[in-house]
Amino acid sequence: MRQMKTNQSGTIVSVNVTGELGRRIRDMGLTQGTPVTVQGRAPLRDPVALRVRGFTLSLRNSEADYIDVEVE
Amino acid sequence: MGKQLEQISIALGGNPNSGKTTLFNSLTGARQHVGNYPGVTVEKKEGFASQNGTNVHIVDLPGTYSLTAYSQDEVVARDFLTESKNEAVVNIVDASNLERNLYLTVQLLELGVPVCLALNMVDVAESRGITIDDKKLSNLMEIPVIPTIARTGKGKEELLNKAIEMAGDAKPSRNFSISYGDDLDEALNEMETIILKSNFLIGSYPARWVGIKYLEKDELVIEKGDKINKAVSSDLIKIVESVSKHLKNTLNTYPEALISDYRYGYISSILKQGVVKRSHEENRLELSDKIDKVVTNRFLGPLIMAAIIYGLYQFVFTYSEAPVVWFENFFGWLNGLASDNMSDGLLKSLVVSGIIDGVGGVLGFVPLIMFMFFGISILEDSGYLARVAFMLDKVFAAFGLHGNSVMAFIVSGGIAGGCAVPGVMASRTLKSPREKLATLLTVPFMNCGAKLPVMALLVGAFFGKNEALMMLLITVIAWGGALLVAKLLRMTVISGPPTPFVMELPPYRLPTMRGLLTHTWERTWQYIKKAGTVILGISIILWAMMTFPGLPESDLAVFENQRNEVMEAASAEAVQELEAAADNDEAELSEAAAAVQDQLFQIDGREAEKALRHSVAGSIGTALEPVSKAAGFDWRTNIALVGGFAAKEVVVSTLGTAYSMGEVDPEETGSLGEALQKSPGWNPLVALSLILFTIFYAPCFVTVVAIAREAGSWKWAGFSMVFNTALAFGVAATVYQIGSATGFLIG
Repeated sequence: MRQMKTNQSGTIVSVNVTGELGRRIRDMGLTQGTPVTVQGRAPLRDPVALRVRGFTLSLRNSEADYIDVEVE
Repeated sequence: MGKQLEQISIALGGNPNSGKTTLFNSLTGARQHVGNYPGVTVEKKEGFASQNGTNVHIVDLPGTYSLTAYSQDEVVARDFLTESKNEAVVNIVDASNLERNLYLTVQLLELGVPVCLALNMVDVAESRGITIDDKKLSNLMEIPVIPTIARTGKGKEELLNKAIEMAGDAKPSRNFSISYGDDLDEALNEMETIILKSNFLIGSYPARWVGIKYLEKDELVIEKGDKINKAVSSDLIKIVESVSKHLKNTLNTYPEALISDYRYGYISSILKQGVVKRSHEENRLELSDKIDKVVTNRFLGPLIMAAIIYGLYQFVFTYSEAPVVWFENFFGWLNGLASDNMSDGLLKSLVVSGIIDGVGGVLGFVPLIMFMFFGISILEDSGYLARVAFMLDKVFAAFGLHGNSVMAFIVSGGIAGGCAVPGVMASRTLKSPREKLATLLTVPFMNCGAKLPVMALLVGAFFGKNEALMMLLITVIAWGGALLVAKLLRMTVISGPPTPFVMELPPYRLPTMRGLLTHTWERTWQYIKKAGTVILGISIILWAMMTFPGLPESDLAVFENQRNEVMEAASAEAVQELEAAADNDEAELSEAAAAVQDQLFQIDGREAEKALRHSVAGSIGTALEPVSKAAGFDWRTNIALVGGFAAKEVVVSTLGTAYSMGEVDPEETGSLGEALQKSPGWNPLVALSLILFTIFYAPCFVTVVAIAREAGSWKWAGFSMVFNTALAFGVAATVYQIGSATGFLIG
């Protein structure tokens, strides 16, 4: 996911992390097969803001690294 | 319809930003009370509403997205739901963001509690082209659904009626369950059989829920299970391990991942059956997103943020000035009243310096705290605070903190002149425990308004040529020190992985005045009630330390003799003139009378100095001199620093007393500065050492009390006193020793 550019969309293939971080990511709706769009990045390029299930979610690049996305 | 009850209890749960607090305020009005859940710092808000003769007790649960064991908020919420008897749980969901909001609903249903949905913000949803068929949603999920608009109070009557109706229904809540796919369902059935057979944990939880928690590796539930029946618990863990292995091999996934997938799958399948109709594409850019394009823009974003943070700072510290002065004047007046009407002695000193100054000290912070919470509530309720965290997280995360830490730092004096007491309280916006603790422990390093007179005195007296540069340097040292210490703490005593940032950027909303005022008042009242009493107690103890044991009779007689000698030596006219002037402060004195008065002041000053040295604080200062010499501090500085524990500006007034100059007004330090310059024990290096010490040493006790309250334990408050003082001494002594050895700044 880190490589995605602003306004680029894709579908989540897998979330490869368990424990608290994995739970938070999935609880917020980033589950397998969910479409996401990169809405923007913070001025220092980290964290990233995503559009998912109709709302905006931000997460650190280091957290996004666990999420594999197939881009359109 | 069941029977109508006189009193029922309901719990209010929902996601953050779903309008939960607004609904709670609307339901309960002013009839609410804020406390804490036992043993944790999580706030517990309760209130009452009456509807058709039924008294409804409402508990506002912490806003959460889920019910895991990973955060205090979530644990508190689920414990409350399972341990307390609630006739109904009102689950408020944001209609414009239904999919994710229902994720919590599914977990509530699995917990087996009677849920009633408050479908909130239907107006916002409509304005975005989203219409929700609430009847269909109700039929499909088999729970009551009431559309509401919490801001206007629309739907709250129906909601209360429904809750009361549910409470009256004797019918037990149904067994809700969703499928988690063949593999997990099979494992769950197997676990359910074991759980039911051995009566395992089902006093408090549904059997299937326990199974799901074991699959999710919920530490708290497993720990509880181990305690109750180790054998059954191990059997369950074995089933989990076997199905985990199977999932890893076949689908390359984990049970907890599948569980979330299926929960969202269940929600999507319901919403797709005609519950949600959209006139626009789902991820269409709303007004809020357009604002974000500007406000979090790479170049404009930081500028706007700087302006807003500076504005907040100005708002807190400029607008609170007038009320602070009213408080000061009021307590000054009270002080005068007591001084004039009480005879000299210990009781007067206790009332004036101990109690009135103490209460004044407690209440003096109130305007600051009110303005700070009001300002931060605006940022928080509007949604901007989340953007601040978003933009600054990169910087703060590098030091083991969180983007939201910035507010606490700024308010504490990140812009010189703040105050660590509201600053420490500002850390309440931080939800991540380790980051919050690191923030709490480092914000006292900032240059609060009370440290400024100390800095101004020392810089003015010893670095007069480079005043501006020195003040800038002090700010930089405070920030640098705070961030480095935060990093150090996060690597040692508060070590642990960063709390996931994963944060919603909620749509911008106009805050409601009622919400802002309620929030501000609650927080301020808590400060007065909880912290106030402790602060008053400590201020009396500090007063006693600076006063007792008092000078022995023989010494008092010596000073009295000196005074008498001066009066006898003076001319009769001068004595008369002074006596006449005693009742009139404005009186102009002749040269002779002024000279006599001056001599008397000097004697008073020497007496006060001697009494201070003789006091408990003085004894401590003197006893510490051999150690403090390493940093260049003599007993006078030591006493002043002990006094600084009451409030940092006391360092200045105590130094004044210690240099026989009487009480020095922290605003007028010129003459004290000159005295220090002339004093043989002082040079710029000593001043620099004291500046560094003042930045880092123990926070004033009001801050310490605030830290204890926010951290939820006195342990961390104690840590901040001991650790900060040790750190300060280490830094000051190192600089002083290197300076002494190299001759730097000794001129």
